[in-house]
Order: sequence, then structure tokens, then C-alpha cells
Amino acid sequence: MLELTRITAGYDRRAPVVRDVFLSVGYGEAVGLLGPSGCGKSTLAKVAALLHRPDAGTMTLDGTVVRGWRHRAPQEQRTAVGVVFQQPRLSADPRLSLRELIAQPLRSTGRRREVPARVAELAPLVGLSEELLERRPHAVSDGQLQRACLARALVLRPGLLICDEMTAMLDASTTAALVAVVETYRAESGAALLAVGHDRVLLERWCDRTVRWGERSVERVPVG
Amino acid sequence: MTADRETPVTPVLDVRDLSVRFRMRGGRDIAAVTDARFSVAPGECLALVGESGCGKSVLASALLGLLPANAETTGSAVLGGDTDLLTAGERTLARTVRGRRIGLVPQSPAAHLTPVRTVRAQLEETLRELTGVRGAAAVRDAAGEAAARASFPADHLDRYPHELSGGLAQRAATALALIGDAPLLLADEPTTGLDRDLVERTVDELRRHTDEGRALLIITHDLAAAERIADRVAVMYAGRIVEIAGSRPFFGAPGPRHPYAKGLLDALPERDFAPIPGMPPELGALPDGCAFAARCTRADARCTDERPAFEDALACHHGLTGRAHSLTKAAADA
Repeated sequence: MLELTRITAGYDRRAPVVRDVFLSVGYGEAVGLLGPSGCGKSTLAKVAALLHRPDAGTMTLDGTVVRGWRHRAPQEQRTAVGVVFQQPRLSADPRLSLRELIAQPLRSTGRRREVPARVAELAPLVGLSEELLERRPHAVSDGQLQRACLARALVLRPGLLICDEMTAMLDASTTAALVAVVETYRAESGAALLAVGHDRVLLERWCDRTVRWGERSVERVPVG
Repeated sequence: MTADRETPVTPVLDVRDLSVRFRMRGGRDIAAVTDARFSVAPGECLALVGESGCGKSVLASALLGLLPANAETTGSAVLGGDTDLLTAGERTLARTVRGRRIGLVPQSPAAHLTPVRTVRAQLEETLRELTGVRGAAAVRDAAGEAAARASFPADHLDRYPHELSGGLAQRAATALALIGDAPLLLADEPTTGLDRDLVERTVDELRRHTDEGRALLIITHDLAAAERIADRVAVMYAGRIVEIAGSRPFFGAPGPRHPYAKGLLDALPERDFAPIPGMPPELGALPDGCAFAARCTRADARCTDERPAFEDALACHHGLTGRAHSLTKAAADA
């Protein structure tokens, strides 16, 4: 599903945060990427989510080589990846109600007619009541907002879901609930998962396999 | 609440029936904290755990007198046996309490530090403000010592907050909190966003400062951090403390007594990894009975009708593991 080859990326070309990294996620596979804070794993996740253009390297998504990142990414590639970040407050427009937040990807891809049905389907899955859907981010807790952010990431039915420290701010029960939502979606859709984090116990319980930042599986010598 | 005044040492902080209500527009009331009762002794660490939005941080703000104007507090929170934090005026709090008698270790240190000044400048300002140290050279030396106390590396003192990693920013903030040599440290989610190694280092350092004789109230949703640092654990749900227990029996055997606390522990990935069904109630529309009843497998008619009193360190009609009043529990279950 996702193949990253010799990716070098960062914010200063002279000092890249990510250097020559390899990572692959198979179809339907759940891969956990473990690393300490500041190691560059979130930057790699942004590259994989088409949100950060790497300085060098090749990325293949669902068999197609990626040629553009951010606004240069073609819509069919952008919509194939769902992303959930660590801090829901920083990734939610404070002016939108949770309902509008979840529906945003449908609206911006010209599928607003699907909004009522899809939101009605997702809200109970992530545990948001009708009343909560009408609220704006300031009136809900971090856990409730992250539930909405997860629903937003699933609304276009992505083939690859990237969760970058999705549960780092959340309590144990909300963490378990959100992971269960992701796994329910993956079981029914066959989507692949890249879960980035520093909690080894969590990622090992959640994913099919985990790779450690700096390990051979992440930075290996390419075969052939 | 005079009957249980039998603690041998005067607690550093003694909270009695503390409630916080927010008056909202349209006459609505938000019951953010209800009847919280606990104390923290010198050299002791109490961890206040619970999910986001349960009222933990409001409680911390109440203790520091930092609640917004529409908040109303009742009860008492006596610091060092003489100052009620809830009735003390802003003047007292600003001049004698914050920084001097309560040191705050903040939630996001990177946001707590002043972005346009170096760590050294902030340490020196705090020293001049809170201690008797005078003279440029003396203040400079004291700043170095203050940094060392929190294991902040001396060669990073001239850096700005954005040049620090999360762990170093946390130590800078801890160094600031320790300057006033306050007998009570209040740490509000000090480990959020840090990786496991840094979490352990941060809590171990806080534990060290506690072992020097301070009292530490740590507010966290990180149960692993709480287990590592705390002597006792207070579990908060929907604005109420539902259980207070020793850390060892709580995390080990016989385990928590409140079904919510058990659910929270069972949700950990190293345990069942199963969420508690449902979501906590809104603090603006709490049910008449037990706030956890709607999510609780043991709930019966009594739970939905009658709010369990906080007695013997537990607020539940059907406590799980026996101890103190297992007889009344058995009678209630029958």
C-alpha cells in the first residue's frame, strides 16, 4: 500500500531530520513506528500523508509513484490517505461544529450530498451523540474532539490511515475506544495503518508489526 | 467534617468538600468539581487521575486562585494549616502563595515559558522576585544552582524556549517551580506529549523533590506515570473523587474498588485494552444518582436513584474489592 524508499526530509536541506529512510506498509497491514520524541518520525508520517515534500527519495502509494505533495498531490492520492494527529485542538477549525468538521473532506471533494448519510453512519461508531455533533471544539473535551478528528479521517474511506500519536493526549479508556474504532474500520474496509508513537506497549498490542526508528527495518540497505 | 481530623502530621494541603460551579449564560450551571476531599502530607505524592474533562485541572486552578470570574467555590482548601486558598484574597495569593508556598509545574512547559527570553533570564527574574538573593553575580550563581536542582544542563541556560526539546523545557519549568522552595508542588499533566523515557525521567525527578520533604499533587491521565510516582491515587469521575487508595493496592492486588477505576485500568494496552462503554456525562447535566451508573455493569436501581456518598475513601454502592466495609457492600448487593 505504502512504500517509502530512501526518504530524506526536513525543514533545512543542510540538516534533514529524516535521512535515507525505508518503510513499507502492505495492503491491510498495521505497522507501528516507534521512536523517541524529536527523532523525525512525525516528519516521516507527514511525508507519507502527502503533507510534507521530501528532499529526496521515492514514495509509492497503492502502486503509483507520488509526484506531488500538499496541494500538488492529485486528489485521488490525497483522499486515499486519512490522517489523525496528536493534538486535536491544533487540527480542528474552531469555527466549525463537530458535524461540519467531520463533513469537511466530503464538502471539499464535491460530495456534499453524501454528508448526512456518512455523518449519521460515523457518529455512533466514534461515540458522538447528536447533541455533541452540534458543538464547536471549545465546548468539547480533548477526547471528544479527537473522536471527531478520527471520524473526519475515515469519512472518505481511505485505503491507508496514518495515526501520528493519536492517543498521546488521551486517557486509557478513550485510547482503547479509538483504537477499537480504527480496527473496526480496518476489518470492514481492509485499509492499511501506519501508527506512529512512542508507546511501545500500545503499538505492540495494536499493530501487526512494529519497527523502531533507527532499526534495520527502517533504515536498511536497499535490496537490488 | 471534623470527625476525621486524626492525621498524625499536619497535611501541607487539606481539601474539604471543595466544589466549583461555573455560572453560564442562561442560568445554566456547570458542576466542574463536587465535594472533593483529600489531603497531602509532606514527602507524599498524591496522583489525581481521570479522563480529560473530568474536572482535574479546574481543581488545580481553584487551588491557585486562577479560576475565571464566573466560577463559584465552596468548601475549604487549607494550605499549611493556616491559609484557606478559597477565601484568601488575590493579594495574599499573589504575594505569599503562588511560587512561594505552591510551586506549579505546568502542563505544556513550552507554552508556559516566555518565548522571547532565555531560560537564564527567566530563572534570574524568578530568583529576584521570590528570594532574597541580590547582586548580579549572586543571582547568576543562584540561577545556575536552580537549574542544576532540576537537572537542567548549564550549557543550555542561554537558549530560548523554542530551542529546547520537550524534556528540557519541562526541566526548565520545574526549575522555576522549585525556586521559591514551596512546600507544595502542583504538577498539572507534567508528562503530556513526552515519550516514555522522558515521562519516567520527569516523574522520577518530581519524586526526588517530593522525597526532600515537599508534598506533591500530580494531576495526570497517564496511569503508568501515576503508578511510578504516587504514594496514593485519587480517581476523579465527572467532577467527583470516587476513590482514594494506596498506590500499591490500587495498581497491584487487590486492585481498585470503584468500577470506573477498574475500567480505566483494564483499558490499558498491557491489560484488557477494552474501553469503558459509553462516555462520561456532561458536567452541566449530571444525573441524580451515581454519575457512572449509565456505564457501569453493576448498576442497579439504587445507583440511578441515589448518589453514593464518599465514605471510607470510596463513592460507590457496589465496591469491588472488599476491604474496609465489605459487609455493608455484601448487604447492598443482596
